[in-house]
Amino acid sequence: MEKKNDRGWGPYIPGVLTGLVIIASAWSAKQYFGASTCFVRASGYLESIFLPEHVTATEYFNRFVPAVDWQVMMVIGIFIGALISSISDGSFKIKAVPDMWASRFGDSPVKRGIFAFIGGMILMVGARLAGGCPSGYGLGEIVQLALSGLIVVVCFFAGGILFANIIYHGGKRK
Amino acid sequence: MNILINGLITGILFGFMLQKGRVVRYDKQVGALRLLDMTIVKFFFSAILTGMVGVIVLQNLGIAPPMILPANIGANIIGGLIFGLGWAIIGYCPGTSLGALGEGRIDALWGIMGMLVGAALFAEVFPLMNETVLTWGRLGSVTIPQVLGISPWIVIIVFISGGLGLFFWLEKKGL
Repeated sequence: MEKKNDRGWGPYIPGVLTGLVIIASAWSAKQYFGASTCFVRASGYLESIFLPEHVTATEYFNRFVPAVDWQVMMVIGIFIGALISSISDGSFKIKAVPDMWASRFGDSPVKRGIFAFIGGMILMVGARLAGGCPSGYGLGEIVQLALSGLIVVVCFFAGGILFANIIYHGGKRK
Repeated sequence: MNILINGLITGILFGFMLQKGRVVRYDKQVGALRLLDMTIVKFFFSAILTGMVGVIVLQNLGIAPPMILPANIGANIIGGLIFGLGWAIIGYCPGTSLGALGEGRIDALWGIMGMLVGAALFAEVFPLMNETVLTWGRLGSVTIPQVLGISPWIVIIVFISGGLGLFFWLEKKGL
């Protein structure tokens, strides 16, 4: 397990500051948070290298064309921001298998990689069917009091809690 | 300011805060889903409750036009639950996977590749979904205050009271 006191700022202060960033971007860019649409754009871009005609003919990639927009830049920024923060406070750590995963499924990076891939695939199919991810529906839509945001975020947590407890065999602690 | 630079700066600030809140890593994400460590819930709702007040003020002043995603109840629920299954396995979400990679969690890279494949798969099944699941329970781009026929500020007060109540309860329980 990670140490409790590792020079993080606790959850509340960064949370409130993120709320202020949400307000600032609604004001300055007229944009709301979201992340999963970028994966559609990036996926369409990568697929078009191999199957350009197919991507052009795919309706979904015409709705979300492979292009760089505000949200794509934001998602790239998340990587840079986390890199700056973790390197500057010494919490950056190359790690291929999370501790909690290792305690349940062993420390094989290959096994972890395969399941991370499968999980990512399932998650993205769900996100696109629902219409977005926690960034989009939570930080982008609930802040606008959208009904869709509330329904989807409740289902994200309901599904996540259900399946995480099945995967980790019920309530067995750590 | 250039819109792309605005996006990049927004993302850098968001990623910085996600990492300072220690919410991007697997142990925190799955820890919350296993109801052992509610760090991400505290972060997420602190951001939402703060953002909500400012965003509704800006929308009321006409400064920020609303962009409400439609409520498609069938797709919202089924998609949300499928997301939950994937989330429980990968332990990152699309946004936090980039942050996790930024703090050196290289397993996130496999997850990101899976997400890209998942997006391509969904693009293939979209026409089918668009005729079936996405037609179930279409309510359009509605907000909670519109559905209830009440002022947004009542909804915000309920959210903030509920959120603060949740925070106090979680702190009392030591989660």
